[in-house]
Amino acid sequence: MHTLLRPFAIKSSGDIARLGVLLALFGLILFGALRYDNFLSSYNILSFLRYNSMFALIALGMAFVIITGGIDLSVGGTAAMASVVAALLSPWHWAAGLLGGMAAGCAVGALNGFIITKMRIQPFIATLATMLAAYGTGLLIANNQSVSVSYDSGFTVIGQDDFLGFPIPAWIALAAYILGWLVLEKLPVGRHVLAIGDGEATAGLMGLKVERTLAAVYLASGTLAGLAGVILASQFGAGQPTEGVGWELFAIASVVVGGTLLTGGSGSVGATLAGALLLAMVFNILNFENGLGWISLSAYWQSVIRGAFLLVVVVLQAKLMARHRSA
Amino acid sequence: MLLSMQGVSKAFAGVAALKSASLEVEPAEVMALVGQNGAGKSTLIKILTGVYRRDEGSIAFDGREVDFSMPAEAQGAGIATIYQEINLAPQRSVAENIYLSREPKRFGLIDHAAMRRGAEAVLKTFNLSIDVDRPVAHFDAATRQMVAIARAVTQKARLVIMDEPTSSLDEREVAVLFETIRTLKRAGVAVIFIGHRLDELYAICDRVTIMRDGQTVAKSPMADMPKMALVRHMLGKELAAFQAIAPDEDAPERPVRLAVENAGAGVRVRDVSLDVREGEISGLAGLLGSGRTETARLIFGADKMQRGTIRMDGRARTYREPADAIADGIGLVSEDRKIDGIVPDMSIRENMTLALLPRLKKAGIVDRARQDEIVTRYIRALGVKCASPDQPIRELSGGNQQKVLLARWLATDPRVLIIDEPTRGIDIGAKSEILKLLRSLADEGLSVLMISSELEELLAAADRVTVLSDGTSVATLPRKDLSEAALLSAMAHQVE
Ligand SMILES: Nc1ncnc2c1ncn2[C@@H]1O[C@H](COP(=O)(O)OP(=O)(O)OP(=O)(O)O)[C@@H](O)[C@H]1O
Ligand SMILES: [Mg+2]
Repeated sequence: MHTLLRPFAIKSSGDIARLGVLLALFGLILFGALRYDNFLSSYNILSFLRYNSMFALIALGMAFVIITGGIDLSVGGTAAMASVVAALLSPWHWAAGLLGGMAAGCAVGALNGFIITKMRIQPFIATLATMLAAYGTGLLIANNQSVSVSYDSGFTVIGQDDFLGFPIPAWIALAAYILGWLVLEKLPVGRHVLAIGDGEATAGLMGLKVERTLAAVYLASGTLAGLAGVILASQFGAGQPTEGVGWELFAIASVVVGGTLLTGGSGSVGATLAGALLLAMVFNILNFENGLGWISLSAYWQSVIRGAFLLVVVVLQAKLMARHRSA
Repeated sequence: MLLSMQGVSKAFAGVAALKSASLEVEPAEVMALVGQNGAGKSTLIKILTGVYRRDEGSIAFDGREVDFSMPAEAQGAGIATIYQEINLAPQRSVAENIYLSREPKRFGLIDHAAMRRGAEAVLKTFNLSIDVDRPVAHFDAATRQMVAIARAVTQKARLVIMDEPTSSLDEREVAVLFETIRTLKRAGVAVIFIGHRLDELYAICDRVTIMRDGQTVAKSPMADMPKMALVRHMLGKELAAFQAIAPDEDAPERPVRLAVENAGAGVRVRDVSLDVREGEISGLAGLLGSGRTETARLIFGADKMQRGTIRMDGRARTYREPADAIADGIGLVSEDRKIDGIVPDMSIRENMTLALLPRLKKAGIVDRARQDEIVTRYIRALGVKCASPDQPIRELSGGNQQKVLLARWLATDPRVLIIDEPTRGIDIGAKSEILKLLRSLADEGLSVLMISSELEELLAAADRVTVLSDGTSVATLPRKDLSEAALLSAMAHQVE
């Protein structure tokens, strides 16, 4: 095969899933564009990107965690807490808010890494505990209410303004994804993350520094969740200690739809982005459908439909992969 | 001295695995490390490379005291290790596996092209041309073993450790490995070679260190250690001679249970006919590439048969997939046991009776008494070295895990058991135990088709031997005509 075509070659069943999610994404966009007048309006596109960048960031961190065979349930709580920290620090300087929020996320990530690698607690349990702790801390320092950000320090620019015609959060997410892709595909540590997901004991025998790599992955996930919290505070003008509920599930779903197996050892950054966009797109389309006025779907129904859609995608992927294996 | 380990002790949960063991290796020498299954060879190695921490003892490498806390450190210090359980990342590509942890880089990024080229080049010296972009999981055990070897020898290490590297290799691949070891030697690299096949050890090793029950009991140049003495040190007693286990007198002709007539598929199996009678051990011999394993797969329905007939008890049968063959009472113990089917965290008891469970159930509940009976019987018959049947199987030594897997198949009580290399990875003392067990099962009515590349095994245990050459059955020797010379000349037979 020609070397230029190599990246597109279908070598594993994961590639099939990745192809599938891209097709589904384009299908939905086409559907929306044909059915709704303002679907491709710049207003819709920009607000879609502005809002969903937060989720994309969290999904990126989650992808790395899941590739190692772990899980990070604390991201929603972390984002909520980070949004409060960022809001509290925003009066000093916009950068204080930004860095403070990220540092808060970083701290939770470091704690996760420590509990998982040094105390040898299952990631599920460890991050469940830190999720509760992060929500609690956020509520504590916020005094149980949302904390308004400073509008003078320029902090709100991060979440609300555009740069070169695109929302700043979208730029941030794009940069994070490019970096993530580079790390996973082009840096040794990314291949080590994959190998660890393939089997931790084996990876250790092969001379990889398993604990250090795992700790770095949880650190990255926490930091990205912190960044999402900063964007949340900046975009909505307040630190929100009660936001973020269910974000971890959205992130996990994005990763899985992107063809990454929960058992670890395989996965792709690009497909995770496609997965996150796909799930967000379903939401967007349901809003438009409501807007048409023929039906009125409550938030509950939207949730049910999104769940059903997720199920359909995952089942289709499983079928495709099974066929690829037997072929 | 390159490596010196002195007074090394280690206990697992209070049970001693090593008792003041020692090991010394000079630069550019090949050191054989031998001992029975469970003697502590792999444990000694894992203590050296930092997988386990020692309880006592000292280790000096290259003149300095060392205490590696993880394999990465040992690797960094110049020790490359091929562990007994093939250690590769199954979903990663061949090239990545060879270079994992020391990837070639350009401008800080992984140079995938260089990695691919390097992997192809080193595998080529092993006469292996495979697509190095494919995940290692796609390849068979022998290829994976070669990849693991390639990974170790390209590390530019001072010491390369190989824990049973040949247990899934055929003769040709072993020859390639030996050539590689000689090249390492010439470059001044030392090798620790662990194995159970004596002729291999004598062929490649300069010196030998013998272990028994966690202790080092003898060290000597290979040339000064006759086979008999080596075995005596290993077992702590004389080896009961590999006595003929098959009855010598010609038994009355028993009815044929499994008959294969002119079977063929592709080019590997051209025209094979053989009979396996009730209650007998039928051997299948042949040189490398003669189609022994492929014939077994055809009979078992693992590959599609294109020509010929299979009869069970006189009735023609077609096996489209292994499930059909199993339903007819045929079992196959494949030669790839290293990877096939142990469930590491489950106990010996559960691993041994996994295939049996449906039959052990009474009203949905496992009949514990019968399970115990079976487990106790096979642990004793095969000499499985374990603390208790409830120990997780991952804690057993490699050879003892093999025995448990073998027992799993034997316990399913098949009518015909096809067994490919029954004593692979098993120490010389336990070999005759396994052959004896097969014989006693045969006396109870089991029909065995035993594939083996070890002639003395066939001579000792088989009632008749069918010889394959180039995918064709060229001779069937009854017990009375069996001899090493007869087997060798039949195996060398060229099909016109
Ligand atoms: N992780 C562990 N936990 C408990 N016991 C162990 C563990 N690892 C090894 N052992 C025990 O230590 C003893 C030595 O095992 P080891 O694997 O070193 O044997 P070996 O000489 O390599 O044998 P083989 O030829 O079968 O590979 C065995 O009795 C084994 O059951
Ligand atoms: Mg061993």
